[in-house]
Amino acid sequence: MATLNVLILVCLGYVVLLFGVAFAADRMAAVGKGKWLRSPLIYTLSLSIYCTAWTFYGAVGNAARSGLEFVTIYLGPTLVMVGWWWGLRKLVRVARSQRVTSIADLISSRYGKSNTLAVCVTILAVLGGTPYIALQLQSITLSFSIFAEADPTGLYREGSSVFWVATGLALFAILFGTRNLDANERHHGVVTAIALEAVVKLVALLAVGIFVVWGIAGGLGPMMDRIDASEIGQWNVDASRWTTFTFLSAAAFVCLPRMFQVMVVENDDESHLRTAAWAFPLYLLLMSLFVVPIAVVGLDLLPEGSNPDLFVLTVPLSQGNDGLAVLSFIGGFSSATSMVIVTAMALSTMVSNHVVMPIWLNTQDRPGAVPGDVRTIVLLARRVSIAAIMALGYFYYSLSGGGAALASIGLVAFAGISQILPALVGGLFWRGATRTGALAGLSVGFGLWIYTLLLPGMDGGIIPHSVIEHGPFGWGWLRPQALFGIEGIDPMVHTVMWSLLLNTIAFCLASLLSFPSPMERLQGAQFVNVFDHSVAPRGWTGSVAQSEDLMIMTQRILGPTPTQEFFQAEAERQNGRPGRLPEPTPGFLQRLERELSGSVGAATAHAMIGQIVGGASVSVEDLLAVADESAQMLEYSSQLEAKSAELSRTARQLREANAKLTQVSMQKDAFLSQVSHELRTPMTSIRAFSEIMRDTDGLSADEQTRYAAIIHDEALRLTRLLDDLLDLSVLESGQVSLNMGDGTLRAVLDRAVSSALTGGGATLQVRRTRASERMALHTDLDRLGQVFINLISNAQKYCDAAEPVLTISAHDVGGQMVVDFVDNGSGIPPDAQSMVFEKFARVGSDKAGGAGLGLAICREIMQRLGGEIAYLPGQGGAAFRISLPLAYQQAAQ
Amino acid sequence: MSRKVLLIEDEPNITEAIRFLLTREGWQVETHDEGTDAIQVIAAARPDLVILDVMLPGKSGMDILRDLRDHAELQALPVLMLTARGQSRDREMAERAGVSRFMTKPFSNAEVLTAVRDLHAQASRS
Repeated sequence: MATLNVLILVCLGYVVLLFGVAFAADRMAAVGKGKWLRSPLIYTLSLSIYCTAWTFYGAVGNAARSGLEFVTIYLGPTLVMVGWWWGLRKLVRVARSQRVTSIADLISSRYGKSNTLAVCVTILAVLGGTPYIALQLQSITLSFSIFAEADPTGLYREGSSVFWVATGLALFAILFGTRNLDANERHHGVVTAIALEAVVKLVALLAVGIFVVWGIAGGLGPMMDRIDASEIGQWNVDASRWTTFTFLSAAAFVCLPRMFQVMVVENDDESHLRTAAWAFPLYLLLMSLFVVPIAVVGLDLLPEGSNPDLFVLTVPLSQGNDGLAVLSFIGGFSSATSMVIVTAMALSTMVSNHVVMPIWLNTQDRPGAVPGDVRTIVLLARRVSIAAIMALGYFYYSLSGGGAALASIGLVAFAGISQILPALVGGLFWRGATRTGALAGLSVGFGLWIYTLLLPGMDGGIIPHSVIEHGPFGWGWLRPQALFGIEGIDPMVHTVMWSLLLNTIAFCLASLLSFPSPMERLQGAQFVNVFDHSVAPRGWTGSVAQSEDLMIMTQRILGPTPTQEFFQAEAERQNGRPGRLPEPTPGFLQRLERELSGSVGAATAHAMIGQIVGGASVSVEDLLAVADESAQMLEYSSQLEAKSAELSRTARQLREANAKLTQVSMQKDAFLSQVSHELRTPMTSIRAFSEIMRDTDGLSADEQTRYAAIIHDEALRLTRLLDDLLDLSVLESGQVSLNMGDGTLRAVLDRAVSSALTGGGATLQVRRTRASERMALHTDLDRLGQVFINLISNAQKYCDAAEPVLTISAHDVGGQMVVDFVDNGSGIPPDAQSMVFEKFARVGSDKAGGAGLGLAICREIMQRLGGEIAYLPGQGGAAFRISLPLAYQQAAQ
Repeated sequence: MSRKVLLIEDEPNITEAIRFLLTREGWQVETHDEGTDAIQVIAAARPDLVILDVMLPGKSGMDILRDLRDHAELQALPVLMLTARGQSRDREMAERAGVSRFMTKPFSNAEVLTAVRDLHAQASRS
């Protein structure tokens, strides 16, 4: 007996192998190696995820219970592959050309890119997929438990093992299923791993079958005898069930999200379908070959009441063939894991693309401004979706208790997902199908499926027993399992018949009655006529076209020179007469169309030539294609427009910056020129008088004294100028450090007045209201004093009154200290008032020897201190106002 | 023979220095410190030579020079121009306006005296 721990080790080893294979395949695909990864064989094998654990174990169980009916599950896909491969090819072509990511995306895209439809399909798929995942988890648990019964010492804990299996599968799907964002980039790793699993499960089932036939029954002959003796051998066909199940499995084969994923999304090459059309039915045949023998032998060998679903495991075990049992277990494990992984990937793509992302985009404040990397958000949404779907499956399994209720869930899920079929097939082949029709059909089918199959089948009586017996409100014709009074049918047949019938009717009726939007028409045309649009270019037959008209039109599109060249070359090609226009032969028209389509798009080019040639009228499809192209061009041109607006905006900014720079440069030139003048003027006097004193003999003592005094004064003036320049440049560059201190306005004014008036003529009289000067200051007191001194000495220098008086008055105006300096002179003329704070601005002729920097310095200081200085017009004499925030105000801030 | 120079300069100390130098050379020195009415002052004084500052209150020395060269009676008057703005652009501008001699402050006294003598000699010869 194989111990459970060995089994777990084998399991882990197998999973590690899968990871390795997936990883290696991804790596090879990434570096461009491994062409065989894209072979038709791998594609065919990947389709085998159709065979889940439900098929691997359940087919035998099904055969043991209902005889040959299990064949229907294989029959449906076989019929599709053999009889409807051209439909599949169309599906693949459409999906590839529209870059479709899932079946929900396909349906939504066909019907005018409607997200409502996508959400419907997604919900349907998740609702059908979750129990299906739970079923796979259950099969793994059951098979574990078989080994656990035989080995009580093992580590097996049912709940926790399922949990770890689910976690591992989620991890695998996330790791290899969400590496790339673009659905058109294939998941080579996952597909290759699935192909490997397909081989493993086939080998396992064949091995068990061979063991049963030749190891137990003793060869083919005895086996056939046993089968004949068994009840299973009876050809007991219930036609309605057979038809229904075959149809159902065929529909599910096309509609199941996981099948769509491997068959359509992961398809590399349409031609692979040709191989799969015979290879996949062969695979199914091999899978079903030994189902009946295993069932018959199992029923014979094993005690009454054994679970026939597990014969594949229990038959080898009962014969003591542990190795084969382990292989069989791995086969079942493979079936379950590959299905769960691909389903989780497919569902997560649907959930994240159609539910999570639209919601997320809506919650963004500004829909236009999606922040940079949406890619990571999409990937995150997919990963979280995978985890959530897996968790859902796990909880469904835990809640349903893993009982027999799950066994029938496979067909229930099939019936649910088949509701997509009318919208899918209608969308591919009927241009009249509309969004409203698809919604109506889906809702009707979906609702009936829930009402007649899902709810009645659930334990716990979500639908009261009375409703099932007598219908809602006692309306007998609405009984869930006997709609419209038709009784006595198998519930599954009943549901499939009614739901798909009414679904199709609703779909067709609503499509006929509703009017499609332009987008729907466009998409409809592209889906239904996918082969027309994407392959053979439409040719031109004999025509009455005027070559001249064609040339005029071509000139309008290509421009004169290229048109001339093209027509010359064509004429030469036709008959070696380069001077003349070419004859409008079909070949020439086709080349012209191709030439034009490079500029205006294929459909427009076709329509334009069609108009001139006149033979072919412009079809609705042509017009739709033109509309589509125009929309694209419109978008492109609006992008161009935005770009050119941006360019002109940039140009304007550059012009403004340039003007500013020029202005700054001119200001700098003017300043340097001023500085030069102000420095050279005192130097001129100094040089002239020093040369006079040096060169002139017999200067009188008076003259000597006087000239020395001039030299001295001018030297002082020079020093003052340099000091002011330095001060100003420090202040302007902002490098000055303020020496903050506390004091009162009165103290600062006291010092400033005494400092300004010493040494001067001292004729200026200063009037103050000392009572109002008790304001407390927190500022650089020395700098403030410098401003005061400047204003006082200006008054002293420039006040032209006979008895000059300067009045200094202080106020507290709303937390601002305001100090006014007003003299009684003639003031500053209005046109000069705005200039007084500029550098080197001097009003009138300056006899006082100032360089004109004082007020500029004052303004800089006041700005640094957080206050300001302004000229007060209309005060009689020159008047300046100093304002500064008061200390308590600053403290409060 | 009395030689008269008119000095138009707004810096009193520079005026005083030039007056001292030229007076000792035997010139009669008249002065003016403002630009606006300079042409009228020149016309009234009828000097043999004008020494003209560029940066004057009211009207710049350049403008005065241009007016002078347009003036019917004064256009031949020798003009020595002094400027404290030491830019080559100013020299070019002055030469185009018809200056007789252009000097940048600070100047040496000898330079000024040489220039005055040269200009007077040229004017006397012609």
